[in-house]
Amino acid sequence: MEPLTSLQIVGYVFMQFIPVWVGMLVIFALSIMTKNKTGLYGKLFDSPIGMVGFALVLFWVLTAIFADFIMTHAALETASGMKNKLPGTPLRGAAEGDFQWYLFGGDNLARDVFSRMVAGSRIVLIIAPAATLFAFMVGITLGLPAGYFGGRADTILSFLANLVLAFPVILLFYLLVTPEIRAAGAEIRIWGGNTWVTSIPNILAAILFLFPILFLLILFQSRFFTRPMLRNILIAGTLLVGAWMYSGLAFNADPLGLLGMDPNLLNIFVSVVFVNSPTVFRIVRGLALDIQTRDYVAAAQTRGEGPWYIMLWEILPNARGPLIVDFCLRIGYTTILLGTLGFFGLGLSPESPDWGSTINEGRKLLTLYPHPALIPALALMSMVLGLNLLADGLREQSLKD
Amino acid sequence: MGRFILRRTGVMLLTALCLTFIVFFMTNLHPNLEKLAKTEGNMRMTDEQVESWLVNRGYTQNVFVKYGQWLGVMPSPRFEVGDEVYTRCSRPGVPLEETGRYCGVLQGNFGFSTVFKGEVSGIIAKRLSLTGWLMLFVLIVMVPMALVIGILAGMREGSRTDRSLSTFAIATTATPEYVSGVIFVVLFASSRTGLSPILHEWGWIEKKTMFKGLASTAANDITFANFTLPVMALALYGVGYIARMTRASMAEVMTAQYIRTARLKGVSFRNIVLKHALRNALIAPFTVIMLQIPWLLTGVVIVETLFNYKGFGWTLVQAAGNNDIELLLGVSVVAVLVVLVTQLISDIGYVFLNPRIRVS
Repeated sequence: MEPLTSLQIVGYVFMQFIPVWVGMLVIFALSIMTKNKTGLYGKLFDSPIGMVGFALVLFWVLTAIFADFIMTHAALETASGMKNKLPGTPLRGAAEGDFQWYLFGGDNLARDVFSRMVAGSRIVLIIAPAATLFAFMVGITLGLPAGYFGGRADTILSFLANLVLAFPVILLFYLLVTPEIRAAGAEIRIWGGNTWVTSIPNILAAILFLFPILFLLILFQSRFFTRPMLRNILIAGTLLVGAWMYSGLAFNADPLGLLGMDPNLLNIFVSVVFVNSPTVFRIVRGLALDIQTRDYVAAAQTRGEGPWYIMLWEILPNARGPLIVDFCLRIGYTTILLGTLGFFGLGLSPESPDWGSTINEGRKLLTLYPHPALIPALALMSMVLGLNLLADGLREQSLKD
Repeated sequence: MGRFILRRTGVMLLTALCLTFIVFFMTNLHPNLEKLAKTEGNMRMTDEQVESWLVNRGYTQNVFVKYGQWLGVMPSPRFEVGDEVYTRCSRPGVPLEETGRYCGVLQGNFGFSTVFKGEVSGIIAKRLSLTGWLMLFVLIVMVPMALVIGILAGMREGSRTDRSLSTFAIATTATPEYVSGVIFVVLFASSRTGLSPILHEWGWIEKKTMFKGLASTAANDITFANFTLPVMALALYGVGYIARMTRASMAEVMTAQYIRTARLKGVSFRNIVLKHALRNALIAPFTVIMLQIPWLLTGVVIVETLFNYKGFGWTLVQAAGNNDIELLLGVSVVAVLVVLVTQLISDIGYVFLNPRIRVS
């Protein structure tokens, strides 16, 4: 069979992404039709920059969702004779039902670059937003009281935040993400016949993963304590789901056996959350300092509302604009951080299809065979660019209010 | 002002102590020491032999005691291993009598690198000077470019120039060094793809490629061909951020009362920008540029690894990858100091430049 021409490659790639195009069309049509009713989200469709950003982000989100339909081969599948082959090379010895080409060529282990890029999007789009969300939970839960109360707690927390921020990120990663550090510690027996190592990443996970539960508990308690029935239901629900997820994610010992986190992945996740939370803390603290001088806060104080109610139900909703913008930017930054980890081989396993690791694998033969490194690099860039443009559009629109 | 500087310096020293202790603690975790014993002693050592190797060299002391010795505020004890005496101060070929009792960082003794077989301080000084050149060129390229973009975009907020320059700035912040580096190498430094083969065919360039994809030769001789790509990869990622800060600062200044007064007086737009607005608009970017230097550190590590330029960042990777504890500690001290000193300078400079801020 003849290798595909450039135009044919574009055509086939376009065909593979059909679920994504359909999804994007539907979401864009619906959003533009209802844009007057959906607040800030709807206003996004008034700014061209925001729309381009949203389209790029949506493209990668849908790619991650439909990855199974888009991938032409398995991410780890190797084929003989496909090593470092150029984009559009026909697959040698392809069976009847197989996809007949390597659309973006083969890498140095004869795996399909296109499929690995698609599979990588799934990894990145699960870890980056989740890690950012956790960082926000930590930053908000600590930053609000630090800004609102001030005093000694603020001094100590700010000092700790500055301590983490003074660490060059890359050094922190080299210290925190190693097989040695995962092994350093005593093994303790916990529930269900599982064991847990008291290593630094594990302890950090045990502390950091408490914050989302803590946040939700305070959130419900401060608002609904006057309605015990509702409060009890909400708190019991949070505790139940929280304890289940906590045992699964932080201790890898889910009693139901559903949730679990590979120690390697946990290590990366915790490090990324740890690096991001001090910055979020500083932003939230600054916003809290600013907003607490407003009249509506004074009004709530006069009404006799509790401090946590004021923080979580008066200050936080009014700080949402800058926080949403920063959330978008931070997902992008986290994606870059994950790529950095992969680039230094600190990330997931070397054969993992995440973009950073693939760039690291591909860069060794960069001048001879550029495609294995170039494709994930462009993928990463387009996604971060989308998030940055989206953040810019949101900022512009929220300033207009 | 004096007290402010004094207090900031105090906080800085405290931070430095905390950070170096954290690094010390994390590099001296037991699995790391076991690995060290096996690489330094013998790969086939049994667990008991590893333990006794560590005990004999004082690695199993309390971590605070070890930190004190490393810092140089506690004397380094002597350990007898067989018939030779070992201390932190001992070096191959130096008689024991000539070594001092205190052998810590404060005495200028950063230890001995197990990978490069040399004094850590000497290795770091050499590597740091190489990285210094890289940083110098990056700053020379990055700062003027960022300031020009920021000022052009900020002087007429909302204009078409502003929009396109701002979008460019956003795009650069989405391009980390390992992405731009890869793209640059493919475009300019590959003999098979990108621009080089085309230009070569046209006879515009003599060599096979426009630039070199590796900067290892730049350690001895910096040339346009071997240094352009690493410098550009580093500068590009930083440009966007500084440019956006400059733009915001410039846009704010341009709406100030005194600019309107100047405009009503009939001062030309050119003079308003250059003589009235610029000085005030550059206060904020100064802070950002100073704070950008530690941020460049991560980029330096990436770029030096990608282009195989054997500077400070490359040393960090070697030290961490080969479990060279003393070297990694030394590198960390330097990295942390760079961050803290630039923070201090940026704080003091901001107060100094901005007459509206008075520190009591």
